Amino acid sequence: MAKITKADVEYVAGLAQLTLDEATKERLVGEMGDILGYMDKLNELDTTGIEPTMHVLEMTNVFREDEVTPSLPRDAALMNAPKTDGEYFLVPRILDTE
Amino acid sequence: MKYEAVIGMEVHVELNTQSKVFCGCSTKFDAPANTNVCPICLGMPGVLPVINKRAVELSVAVGIALNCTISRWSKMDRKNYFYPDLAKNYQISQYDLPLCANGCLEIQVNGSTKRIGITRAHLEEDTARNTHTIGGGDSGVDFNRCGVPLLEIVTEPDIRSAEEAYAYLTSLKQILRYLDVSDCNMEEGSLRAEANISIRPVGSKEFGSKTEVKNVASFSGVQKAIDFEIARQQQVIEGGGQVVQETRGWDADKGITFSQRAKESAHDYRYFPEPDLVPLVVDEAWEAQIAATLPELPRARKARFVSQYQLSEYDSGVLTAERPMADYYETTVQCGVPAKPAANWIMGDLQALLTEHKLEIGACKVTPENLASMIALIEDGTISGKIAKDLLPELFATGKSAKALVEEKGLVQISDTSELEAVAREIIASNPGPVADFRGGKEKALGFLVGQMMKATKGKANPQMANDIIRKELAKTE
Repeated sequence: MAKITKADVEYVAGLAQLTLDEATKERLVGEMGDILGYMDKLNELDTTGIEPTMHVLEMTNVFREDEVTPSLPRDAALMNAPKTDGEYFLVPRILDTE
Repeated sequence: MKYEAVIGMEVHVELNTQSKVFCGCSTKFDAPANTNVCPICLGMPGVLPVINKRAVELSVAVGIALNCTISRWSKMDRKNYFYPDLAKNYQISQYDLPLCANGCLEIQVNGSTKRIGITRAHLEEDTARNTHTIGGGDSGVDFNRCGVPLLEIVTEPDIRSAEEAYAYLTSLKQILRYLDVSDCNMEEGSLRAEANISIRPVGSKEFGSKTEVKNVASFSGVQKAIDFEIARQQQVIEGGGQVVQETRGWDADKGITFSQRAKESAHDYRYFPEPDLVPLVVDEAWEAQIAATLPELPRARKARFVSQYQLSEYDSGVLTAERPMADYYETTVQCGVPAKPAANWIMGDLQALLTEHKLEIGACKVTPENLASMIALIEDGTISGKIAKDLLPELFATGKSAKALVEEKGLVQISDTSELEAVAREIIASNPGPVADFRGGKEKALGFLVGQMMKATKGKANPQMANDIIRKELAKTE
C-alpha cells in the first residue's frame, strides 16, 4: 500500500499554492492514499506486451495552418485584469527574472 | 590539481511563423503591449489550443539538420509552475517524448573537429514578457510574446571550454539561419542561450555541482561568462568550499556572474500530457517531405566552395557564413565571371561598403548580375581595377548598371597605343628630374612616371600598357 503522509499533502498543496486547514489535510491524507492504493491495485495487472497509453486521445495530427487571425482589442484583453495601466497587466513587482 | 569544465548548453529559439503556436495571434515583435493576444494565449478558461503545423515542420527541419531522430509519435505536456509570465499557470511544452532527440552538431575549434551531442529539441510556447520599469511597486506583463513557438535545443554535457561553447553557438545559429527558421536576434530575444557549467578534476568521471548562467545578451558574453564561472568555481573549490547549485546572471559591465536564486529543491513541474492537444505523428513520408525542403547546410556548402571554386578554406568560410552571402556569391559566379576575383570583390570592397552603411547583403543595391558585369569589364580590359574601385561605391549608392555608369562617365580604359604614346611623351618632357633618375638606374622613378600617366588620363590608362609604353618611350628618347 502506498502511504501518503501529511508532509506529502502539504508539499503538494504548496506546489498548487493552496492553504489547507488541518481537517482538510487529514481528509486528503486518506483520500490521496486511497487513490494511490488504487494505483497499486492496477499495478497488480500483468501488462507484459501491452503498449503504454501515452495519451488518452486516439486522434492525432489536428493542425491549424500558419495564418494570422484577429486578436482581441486591447481594452477587451485587459478588461478583467485586477490591475492595469491600460497597456499592461500589472502584478506585484517581480524581483528575480525567470 | 588540474580541473576540466563540463558544459551543456540550452538554446531557446523563437520559430519565425506568422502566427503563434496554439492560436492565430500575430508573432510580430514590436507591436504595442497586449495587442497580439486572444483568449487562448491569455489562458482564459475553456479555450482550446490548436497546434500550428508550420511550427511542427520548422522544428522537424531543425531536428533533421542536427542529425536527430525524429519522433514518429510525440505529444505535448503541461509544465506546471506559478509565475506571472503565463496566465494559465502551466507552459505547454514537451516532456518525455520530444519531437527530436539524439542528434549531434560538429564544431571546429582550433582547426580540429569536435562532435557535440544534441540530447533533444522540443517545441513549446514562449512566455509573456515582464517589464520592471512601470514603477509604483508593480511589474507589467505583456502577453504578445506568450505563445510564440519556441524550440528548446539541449546539448549533452560535451562542451569543455568557453571557446567550444562559442563555436557551438555560432555553428548552431548559422544552421538555424540557413534553415530560415528564426532570425536568431539575441537583442530581440528570438535566440536565448543558457550554459550549465561545472568543473571536476581532470580524469574524474563524476560531475561537480553545476551553475546555470542565463540572461546573457551575446555569444561573446556567454563565452566570457563561462570563463568567469570556471575560474570562480575553481577558486571556491580550492578555497575548500563547495559550489552551490544555482542560477547566475551575467553582469556584462562588471564582467562577473552573480547569484540570482538558489535552487533549494529541484523544480517540481508535475508534467502531465496536455489533454487539449492531440498527439503528433510525423511519419517517414512527412519527414522526407520536410527533409527535401532543407537547403545545403553551411559545412557542406563551405566544402563545396573549396572544391568547386578552388577558393581557400578561409574565403569559403567567410562567403558561406550566411546563406544570403553564399547565394549572392554563387549568383555572381554563375554570370560567368571567374571565381577568385568575384570572391575578392565581394569579401573586400563590397563587404567594406556593407559594413560602412550597416547593410545586409540582401539590401545591397548592387545586384550579383551587376557586380558580375563590372568584373567582366575589368576582365576584358574595358576598365582598370583602379577605376572599378572608384566605380563600386557609385554602383552601391545608385544601383545603376556598371556598363551604363562606365559609358555615362566616359571611364572606358584607354588601350589605344598611339594615344598612350602621346601621353607618355608629354610626361617625359614635363618631368626631367624623375626621367633622369630612372635613366640613372632608379627603377622606382618609373612608378612615379606611370602614376603621372594615370593622373593625366584620370585613371583611364590601361596600367599594364602605360607601364610598357613609357618604358619604350624612355628607351627611345635616350
